[in-house]
Order: sequence, then C-alpha cells, then structure tokens
Amino acid sequence: MSEQEQIWMCDNCNIPLQPDKVDVAYMGNAFPVELLKCPNCGLVFIPEDLALGKMVDVEKQLEDK
Amino acid sequence: MDQKELFALEQQCIQECAPPCTAACPIHVDVRAMLAETARGDFSAALKIYQKSVPFPHILSRVCDQPCQNVCRRGEIEESIAIRALERATVNHGELPEEKKRPMPKRSGYVAVVGGGISGLTVAYDLARKGYKITIYEAGPELGGGLWKADRDYLPAEVIREDVEVIYELGVEVDLNTLIDQIHLAELRSGFDAIYIAVGPHATENFELERDQYGIIKVDPVTFATSMDGVFAGGGLLWGIEMHSSVTSISEGRRAGISIDRYLQKVSVTASRVNEGPHASCLYTDISEVGPRSLIVMGDPDFGYEWHEAIQEAKRCIQCECMECVKACEYLREFGRYPRRYVREIYNNLSIVKGTRYANTFINSCSLCGLCAEICPENLDMGAVNLKARQAMVTQNRMPASAHDFGLRDMQFSNSDKFLMARNAPGTTASDYVLFPGCQLSASSPEHVERVYGDLQQQLPDSRVGLMLGCCGAPANWAGRPDQFESILAAWRTHLQAMGNPKLVLPCSSCYQVFQKHLPDVEIVSLWDFFDEHGLPADVTVTNRTVSIHDPCSTRYEGHMQDSIRHILGRLGYQIEELPRSRERTTCCSYGGMMWLANPNLAEKVVQKRIQEGEADYVTYCAMCRDNFVGRGKRTWHILDLIYNQGIDEQATRRGPNYSQRHENRARLKHHLLTEIWGETMDGSQPYESIQLNIAEEVQARLEQRLILVEDIQRVIEYAERTRRKLLNRQTGHYLAYYRPNTVTYWVEYLPDGDAFTIFNAYSHRMEVPGSGSQ
Repeated sequence: MSEQEQIWMCDNCNIPLQPDKVDVAYMGNAFPVELLKCPNCGLVFIPEDLALGKMVDVEKQLEDK
Repeated sequence: MDQKELFALEQQCIQECAPPCTAACPIHVDVRAMLAETARGDFSAALKIYQKSVPFPHILSRVCDQPCQNVCRRGEIEESIAIRALERATVNHGELPEEKKRPMPKRSGYVAVVGGGISGLTVAYDLARKGYKITIYEAGPELGGGLWKADRDYLPAEVIREDVEVIYELGVEVDLNTLIDQIHLAELRSGFDAIYIAVGPHATENFELERDQYGIIKVDPVTFATSMDGVFAGGGLLWGIEMHSSVTSISEGRRAGISIDRYLQKVSVTASRVNEGPHASCLYTDISEVGPRSLIVMGDPDFGYEWHEAIQEAKRCIQCECMECVKACEYLREFGRYPRRYVREIYNNLSIVKGTRYANTFINSCSLCGLCAEICPENLDMGAVNLKARQAMVTQNRMPASAHDFGLRDMQFSNSDKFLMARNAPGTTASDYVLFPGCQLSASSPEHVERVYGDLQQQLPDSRVGLMLGCCGAPANWAGRPDQFESILAAWRTHLQAMGNPKLVLPCSSCYQVFQKHLPDVEIVSLWDFFDEHGLPADVTVTNRTVSIHDPCSTRYEGHMQDSIRHILGRLGYQIEELPRSRERTTCCSYGGMMWLANPNLAEKVVQKRIQEGEADYVTYCAMCRDNFVGRGKRTWHILDLIYNQGIDEQATRRGPNYSQRHENRARLKHHLLTEIWGETMDGSQPYESIQLNIAEEVQARLEQRLILVEDIQRVIEYAERTRRKLLNRQTGHYLAYYRPNTVTYWVEYLPDGDAFTIFNAYSHRMEVPGSGSQ
C-alpha cells in the first residue's frame, strides 16, 4: 500500500481507499482517471494539487475546444 | 458576426492604413519599413524593401521628386525626413544578395513598347518579369528617354546605363534609333497583342487616337487605356512636361502594365483597382508627444549620406501608426495586437466548428468600458464587438462556464429572497420615488444605504419614498446572456408598475446605465444629481484637502453626474486635482464586463495602473471602484464616506468586504430594514445557514482567492454530516468532504469543534466526479 492509501479512509464504511479507475466528466466529455476510491461506497479522493493543477488545465482545454 | 460585419469592422480600424509617405508615393514605397531597417543599420534589408517597389533604384533615388516629403508628419514639427537622400544611402550602402536564376515564367502575348523612357522601361520590366515577349522601340541611340536630359552631375550616364541593363537581362528586344511615330497605329497593332505608348512630351507622333482639346492622347485615368482596343499610353506624353516626375512616369507604366497583363489574360481590366496611384492616407498618428530631432546634414552632398549619417537621419522617422486605443487600454495592449487583428480573431473564434478557440479569453477579458470607442478616430467599439461575441458564444453553447459563473451566481443571490425586496414606504400603497441602491453599495456599505433612505424621506417630505433591493442585471448583460438579463428587467418593470411607476433614485452608475439604456420608460435620477439639486443631506464639515476623482466607467457619457460630484466635493471644501484620464476618457477599475473573473491577472494590472495615475487620495462614486482601489492600498473614499463620515481616514483605508461578507451584508441589510422599518420578519432560511464555522484569517484569504464562499463550505459540511459521506485522514485526523451544490465541486477539510466546525482548507474544481451529491 502506498503512503496515500494508508492515510485515507472512508469514514462511513471504515475501510481504506484503494486506487481504481474513476470516470471524470466535463462539458459532455468523460474520461477514466486513476484515483483513490472507497471500494464499498465509491466515495473518491481528489488531492488539492490535482484539483488546482492538472484538472484546471484540462477544464480550460475542454472549454476552448 | 457575418463576413460583411467583419469587413466593416476591419475597415473601421485604421492601424493598417498606409502612412502618409507611402500613400503619397505614386508607387507606394514602404518608406516607414525602409527607414526602420536603416535606423537599425541594416541597409541591405532597407534596399530590399526599396527595390520591391522601385524597378530602377539607382536612377529614382537620385531624381525622385519625393511627393512623400510634403506629407511627412515630421515636417509638422520641423524639417521633413530626407527620404530621397535616405533612399540613395540605401542604394549606396546596401547590397542585394545575388538573385537566384529562376526559370522565367512564360506567358503568351507579345507587347510593343513605343518609347524607351522610364515609363516604357517600367512596362517592359514588369511585363517581361511576368513572362511576356516585349519589344521596345526607341527613337534615340540609347534607352532612357527623357532621363538623358537630366543634369549629368545629378544623374551620371553610367547610373542610367547600369540600371537599364536589367531590361536586356530580362530578354527584352530593344530596337534603338527607331522612330515609329509616323506609322499607322493600326498597322503596328496588328503585329502585337498590346501596345504601350510612352513617347514623352515632345514627340511628333500622329497616332490615330482620340485626344483632348490640347491634342494630348486621351486615356482612362485608372487603366491608361486609349481609344483603341489593346493600346495604352502613359508617362510624360500625358503631362506635356519633360522630366515632370519620374516616379509618376514609373507609376503610370506600372499601372498600364497591370492593365495590359489583365487585357492579355482576358480578365477585367477595371475590377477592384483602388488606390493604385497616390492617395490620401487614412492613418491617424498622434504626434503631440514627439520630441524635436533636427535634420542630419550631409558631410559630402555629392556622395550623399554616409552610413552613420543615414542611420541618424532614419531615426528621425516617427514610424507613424495609430494604436491610440492600445496605448490607452491595458486590455488591448495585453494581447499584443490591435482591433483590426482582434476582430478577425473574434470572427475566426466564432466560426470554428472543431478545434481550439484561441480568442475565448480575449473576448471575456474586456471590461466593455467603451474607452476605445471614445479614443478611436473612427469610434470602433471593441466592447460592443466583444459583447456580441459573448452573446454568440452563449447561443452556440460555447461559453466557458468558468468565465462568468461566479458573477452570475452572485447576481442570483442578490435577486433571491435573501436580498430582493420592493416596498412602498410604511403606510403607503404607492411610491413617488424609490431608492434602488444596487447590489454592491449594499454589500460594501450597507450602513450608507440605510442612511440615504432615511435622508431621502426627510428631503422629500411631501413625497412617498419606497425602497427596492436587488441586482439590476448588469452581470447577465456582461456575460452575454440576454435572456437572463431580459427576465430581470421584466421583474423590475413589474415591481415598479405595482409601486405606481415611481422615479428611481440611483447611487450606482452601472444601474443607471442599465435602466437608462434598457428600461427607457422608467424615470431615473442619479443620487448625485439629486444631492446636487436638493442639497446635501447631512451637516457637513468643510475640509480643505486635495483629492482626485475617479469617474466610474459607466459615467463616461454622463457629464451631469460627473459635474454633480465635482459640485458636491466643492461644497465639502475639497480641492480637485483631475486625473489625466477622467470624465469621458476615464478608465475601468477592472470590475466592468467581469474582467476580474475572466482574467484576474489582467485585472490586477488594470487596477494597479489606475491607482498609480494620481498622487492624491481618490474619491469615487462606485462601491466596486472604491473597494478595488482600497484593496490594493490606494486611499480612496466613496463620495458617501465623505458626506456621512466627513472623510475620516479609516474610511479611506477600510478594505471592502470579502465575497462571503458581501452576501452576508446584503442579507443583513434586507433583514434590518424589514425589521426596523416595515416590522416584518424574514423566513425560509436553509438548514446549512445555521452551521457555524471557525476559519483562520490565512485560510479565509485563500478561500477568497479561490472564490469559495462561506455558504459553499456550509453546504458541503451540512451534506457530509447528514449523509456521513466524508473521508478521514488518519495522519491529521481531519475530515475531507466534497459536494457539488451548483456547477462547482467543493472540497472542505474540517473538524467538528463543539457546535461549530473548524475549517483547515478548501478547494474546488468544475469537473464532475462520482459521489459529489450533485442535484
């Protein structure tokens, strides 16, 4: 288990998050991204640097397409 | 925007008009570019530019009568640029790379040129290079015609011979000592496909062509066609003067050459032939700031400028261009071009079906303030172009959500039950006047709104004064959403009708602009005009300070409002130091058009530029202008700060509320007014609103920069706590939850702390991920 996986728990299901493919969508485009996810309820984790970095770039690209 | 509109807009921007020198030049030498290269010391590049227009550079750079000099803008300050001398320097000091021998194009067509002067030689040069077969008939023993009559000191024989050598190199057949001016033209015509007659002013020709009353051959002034099909004429014979103007003769030869080429290609000889000869320049150049720089005197007039002299002389060129709007507008400067290019980019952006829309940010960054239109000699309004473009993007469903979303939601908040209200004064059923303070004054200085309302009632004892709270709808207009805008306007219309069509009293000039332009039936008065007419409401302490006025951009054409503010300041005892750009040339604080949302970096530059334009403290009469300036450390008062608080120092440095506090202030204002004045209570608060948050100042600043409101955080926590959908960080023990209450997914890191919640961090994104509880 990676460091991140050990850190993050789903509070409700009380189990650690695990890497999984998650569909992320914007402006009618959906694509799979590997994220930490609760194997039971599907709650996901998006780290701050991803949200403010790569995701913003992709959002901008899709907005200008 | 269709192509016709695009073309009209492109025409409106004159930046690409030829400068006066080039326009006045019969062959349109690009003098400005040539001198720019010379000033850099690159004579070869300058020569390349010169030779592009000039077939015989050694000759013309000595004998040109330089009509360019008369119109040179430098000449309005002192002596014009010595353009011909610089052309000669270019020829003397520049070198052209050996031209690669290209296989000559071949075109079928055999052209006779009658007369080997500079006009005939130009036709031969141009047409031979196009691949036509040419024969020149010259009466004299050498090519050159009238050039041989010029002063030999000026134009030595070897210069003529060297330059005309190119005619032989181009394979032109030359029949010297051949006088053919007495033969029948029809006979000559039968041996050729076209003829150019350029026999000079004193020839004894007797060709059977139509002539004017002085016996000069009649030609079409554009095509140089004579009365005989396929026969063209030009040069000195049309003018009757020897060496009248070599450059004009070259120009006529060139234009006749174009006609002959088209005639032989069997296409229209007359179509789209504008500005081929000398014409007036449409370029505007402000030379008021150009400093003096005297003419460089040649050390050796026989040789002409030495290279270092030429460089200095070329540096005197003003490099005429317009760029008026770009100089004045930080936004137009930011993108590195000028409106003619910008409108083309906007057009392309709107026409793209598949591919990247590069101009989205450009279109959304404009403050729509109208300064460019005011400054432009042709009144081109990029704001109007951008607003239409935004509307088109919305219609095409191509407007980036991130551009205006936050501003539109702020507007929706203001027009929700949280803030929206319309009331007649207690105990009345209609109103004569209604105060409409707008959303931002209410957010920024709610206490002023309450005070103004009370004072209006006092100042109008015989009138019924009502109150209406909400946002006028300007953000919807700026965002290019006419449907949304219209429905807000319709709501105002309904409210005002129900109140008996009162007169609206408006402190905000953006609201004023909206009502004036879009609800012209509603009677409106600016609060400042009202105060100017009815007197100031409070007892004023007269001060003796100097301030500068920042006129909000929405008052650009509201001189009466600007006057009222100056009168009010006068009454309060303030001395006014006008900013260099004020009144109709005022600039936007960066709030207009939602520039601050679409392009925060540019907005920062715009505000910084404005606050550095004046040393004195600023006074303005728009809450957003005030808050933007104070936020960057510029001491600025809202005019109401001066009227009600005697301009105490704390008011000039009081930072405006953050985005969450703006909501809160509006909601509180409504609540307070309803309770205090109308004795009503507000109902319908949402469960999340009762959630108490502890947010450290440093976290608060981060939220502000990320456009995350307290209510967004409250919603996330309410959702997470209710559904138990949250993550636990085992290292920190903090919870992390996410929720998407609108078009944004918010993430909040928090911990419960008694009845409240401590917030450690929050961030957001627009992409949708599973589990965000979006409705």
